[in-house]
Amino acid sequence: MGMVRESQFHVLAVDDSHLDRKMIERLLQKSSCQVTTVDSGSKALEFLGLRESNDQNALETHQEVEINLIITDYCMPGMTGYDLLKKVKESVAFRSIPVVIMSSENVPARISRCLEEGAEEFFLKPVKLADVTKLKPHMMKTKLKKEGEKPSEEENATLKPEESLVVEMILPLNQELELEQKEPMLSSNKRKAMEEVISADRSRPKYNDITTSV
Amino acid sequence: MDTLVAQLQRQFRDYTISLYHQGFLDDQFTELKKLQDECSPDFVAEVVSLFFEDCEKLIGNMARALDQTGNVDFSLVGSSVHQLKGSSSSVGAKRVKGLCVTFKECCDSQSFEGCVRCLQQVDIEYKSLKAKLQDLFNLEQQIVQAGGRIPQVDI
Repeated sequence: MGMVRESQFHVLAVDDSHLDRKMIERLLQKSSCQVTTVDSGSKALEFLGLRESNDQNALETHQEVEINLIITDYCMPGMTGYDLLKKVKESVAFRSIPVVIMSSENVPARISRCLEEGAEEFFLKPVKLADVTKLKPHMMKTKLKKEGEKPSEEENATLKPEESLVVEMILPLNQELELEQKEPMLSSNKRKAMEEVISADRSRPKYNDITTSV
Repeated sequence: MDTLVAQLQRQFRDYTISLYHQGFLDDQFTELKKLQDECSPDFVAEVVSLFFEDCEKLIGNMARALDQTGNVDFSLVGSSVHQLKGSSSSVGAKRVKGLCVTFKECCDSQSFEGCVRCLQQVDIEYKSLKAKLQDLFNLEQQIVQAGGRIPQVDI
């Protein structure tokens, strides 16, 4: 069923509570993700290779580990999840990584602030397995972007690079469209992100052409 | 003829159901069980153990803060209550979580007596839950030792 290459998604989970770190780790592992947990926003930035510096040029080192999603608690001492979200979105190297916020408190103003700042989702704690399955489409997007940036190798050698890219896009794009139908009230950022993916696809051959050629 | 395994399984089922019906556990505990599998066979026990460690630590913090007669830092107590509420919510400890809601209100209104009362209740409640879950885990062990499978209990 899945046309996408089998490499696992790697999620960076941030929470100051040991118990909640254990929970989110298991939830993500159960959804077949590789997980790294850290207990603070500053450690998250360190892990990414992004230091807390105002000088954008100086310390944005090459990301050694590919992270497909960051999921963070909102309420943390020192750097909050919101602060972390801002830093990630301000960073040229890491702004394309989807960020999800978790909180035990249902504060509408907080939720809209996070979504406006570019968070993909806002989960109320306790987070459940059903919530975690919503993350796959967001993580697929980063894989697509990465695939789009480099020529494909190995198994797809016989296909033209463009065709192999489209094959890989079929599954996630269906999910994208489903997502759109289910959630019409998207924040402007979320909608923008999705439109980028869909419009990118318009330049490629249409669905029926691909399925028959595969 | 009722085998030992069948008896134990029935006890386990009844006990589990009673814990839910009496409000000790809520469906988040069920969610915890979904996360336990062959890869993580002791997950529930591990998480529950972390929860009780949290309880001890946070209740200790609150007690110390409330002990500063005349100079109680209610926001400090409140922040510990907030953390305890989060942990109890994550494991499905329904009664403890409910007490934390009341406790938080006492902190916000800076009611010393209210806080002391809540602290006592939370302490009793978490210890009671700890004993009950220990009994439940013991039943599980007995079932396994008797060669049986732990039944799936639908609440």
